[in-house]
Amino acid sequence: MDRLLFGDNQFFGINHMSEEKARQQQMRFQRTDAVLDVLTAAYEEGVRTFMCTTHDRIAEVAGHFRDHREQYPDFTFLPGMPYAHKYANAVTTDGMIGALKQFLPDTGLLDAAIRGTSSLVGKDIEGIVTLLIDAEMAMFTGLSTPVIWLQNVVTDLLLGLGFDDAFRIFADHVRGTYNAEPGFITMNLPLLVPVLERQGIGSPLVCANINKLGFRMSGGLEAYRRALESHDFRAVAMSVYASGAIPADEAIHWVCEQPNIEAIVFGASSRRNIRHTAQLVDTYWRH
Amino acid sequence: MVKVVVVGLGKMGISHLAVARALPGVEVVGIVDASTYLLGVLKKYTGLRAFTTVSKLLDHITPDAAIVATPSRLHAPMVRQLLEAGVAVFCEKPFCLSTADGQALAALAQDRGLVTQVGYHNRFVGTFAEVKNLLEAGAIGTVTRGLAEAYGPVVLQEQGTTWRSKSAEGGGCLYDYAAHPLNLINWYLGDPVGVGGTVLNSVFSAEIDDEVASTLYYPGGRTVSVSVNWSDESVRKMTTRITLWGTRGRIFADRQEIQVYLRSNGSPPPGYTSGWNVRHTTDLTQPVDFYLRGEEYTAQLRHFVDRVRAQQTEGINTFATAVQTDRLIEVMIADSRTGPAARLAGANGTPAPMKRSRSGRIRARLAGTT
Repeated sequence: MDRLLFGDNQFFGINHMSEEKARQQQMRFQRTDAVLDVLTAAYEEGVRTFMCTTHDRIAEVAGHFRDHREQYPDFTFLPGMPYAHKYANAVTTDGMIGALKQFLPDTGLLDAAIRGTSSLVGKDIEGIVTLLIDAEMAMFTGLSTPVIWLQNVVTDLLLGLGFDDAFRIFADHVRGTYNAEPGFITMNLPLLVPVLERQGIGSPLVCANINKLGFRMSGGLEAYRRALESHDFRAVAMSVYASGAIPADEAIHWVCEQPNIEAIVFGASSRRNIRHTAQLVDTYWRH
Repeated sequence: MVKVVVVGLGKMGISHLAVARALPGVEVVGIVDASTYLLGVLKKYTGLRAFTTVSKLLDHITPDAAIVATPSRLHAPMVRQLLEAGVAVFCEKPFCLSTADGQALAALAQDRGLVTQVGYHNRFVGTFAEVKNLLEAGAIGTVTRGLAEAYGPVVLQEQGTTWRSKSAEGGGCLYDYAAHPLNLINWYLGDPVGVGGTVLNSVFSAEIDDEVASTLYYPGGRTVSVSVNWSDESVRKMTTRITLWGTRGRIFADRQEIQVYLRSNGSPPPGYTSGWNVRHTTDLTQPVDFYLRGEEYTAQLRHFVDRVRAQQTEGINTFATAVQTDRLIEVMIADSRTGPAARLAGANGTPAPMKRSRSGRIRARLAGTT
């Protein structure tokens, strides 16, 4: 896997520091052309892996890369699912079951499950989870997706509930059907990695905030360091700049000194910032 | 171990359940929901003891505390049942749809010495808590004017099949969205003396309000304007915003940042200077043991269970303080029925669009008055 992965928060107005800045970014990237310009710049700077959500607009981006494969021969998508806000809003207006119905293909599986006419609760859940994954993956047909991520809001919900089997169901389906590695995004890395281990998911990718400030690193910096040193997983650091609260040089220098980190995911809106981050990683990453 | 049960497993309930199970020193000993399918799934995969009613749960389990996240109209009867069984209660917002119910429950809890809390989580957001600190320090002098806003993309077309789309059940933008900034204003400025100009307007919904406008009156000509809209697609997710103008400065806050302008005629509190000061959530947020959707959700449950353990009835967001917001909402609903206080001579039409039934909307459309 590449050391530097390009994230997509900036394209969708997600900014953990300022709603005003988020709105400016939404305006700037409301046309998909603007997104493609930045992705092309990243590609030219050698940042060729795009870790993205399954936002409706990513379907347009994916379509572009499918149609212009010769232009970006080694461009890779690492999709993260689900895009949670569309589900959350649907739950508010239509309830849990109503929302599921909206997003599942019409196979009658859910109705059968709720009526209790299908055989086992366990089978229903596996069926529902795999159908949801397939629905989200449809936009990436024909593209390289070597890792499929579970978004943190779902990972952490399942982790809190103790619904540990779901991680294995996800991992099995991703490996079996997509020949991809399962990845788990989390805000609770020290709690998650032992659970994945108990589920027998070998060397999963785990992406979490890892930054010098300890911002959104639940359990604290020390617990993260212990987990990184003692568990079998492949760590990807996100929010290394803590939403801009840490100067770039200091942030990258620090994260490159942490043990067993395989990659860094970062967002940027300009070629200049992409190049700058890439140069810092070249300078400080010694393994 | 504080033994906790979770009642109601909708969007908020399931999230509270996850946070409660992850909190150190807390044991979730039972769950209640009317959906037997959901209960079956959770029972099978999480091993939790599941019940279809509170009564059945109380027959088998004696919890220390309950988290109630059922549809709002069920809050009052369920909270009463739990308090009478000697259980401390954390209830989702809005607390009760009737102020009388809310007051009775606050009194009952007080008589029994039980810990109570309502899920107004914004009081646990670093930026909004900082506004409270600044006001208490007198940083902007006397507050003369306020603006309380919330916007989000919830109802974007004519639809809705759940209790949230029925006003009698506590649905609608006023209860669901506006309650948050109103509760913050209650926290910052206390009870207003009155309310005027309230409009509860439907944009897309058949039965409920999608927009709220109102003015809260405070003594001495001070006012707070309320502007809320949950049919606003231009924002990605719910945003709550508070702006306060005072004799010595101005404060703006949302959940990400606080922008404070302090005039040179005051003495800035520690960490602040005259002129602009901007502080972010990265700096103002206390870390939590477990993160799901925001530190504030964990912080509020932590506060609740810590108080249950210490049997400390005073705290943030007690029933008594939530009743303040319930009462304000009740008065705003009454005010919304009055229409404009002054009319322009000779103007025609219905100036205050009110919530109407679907048949009323169709009649209006046929009559060409929409």
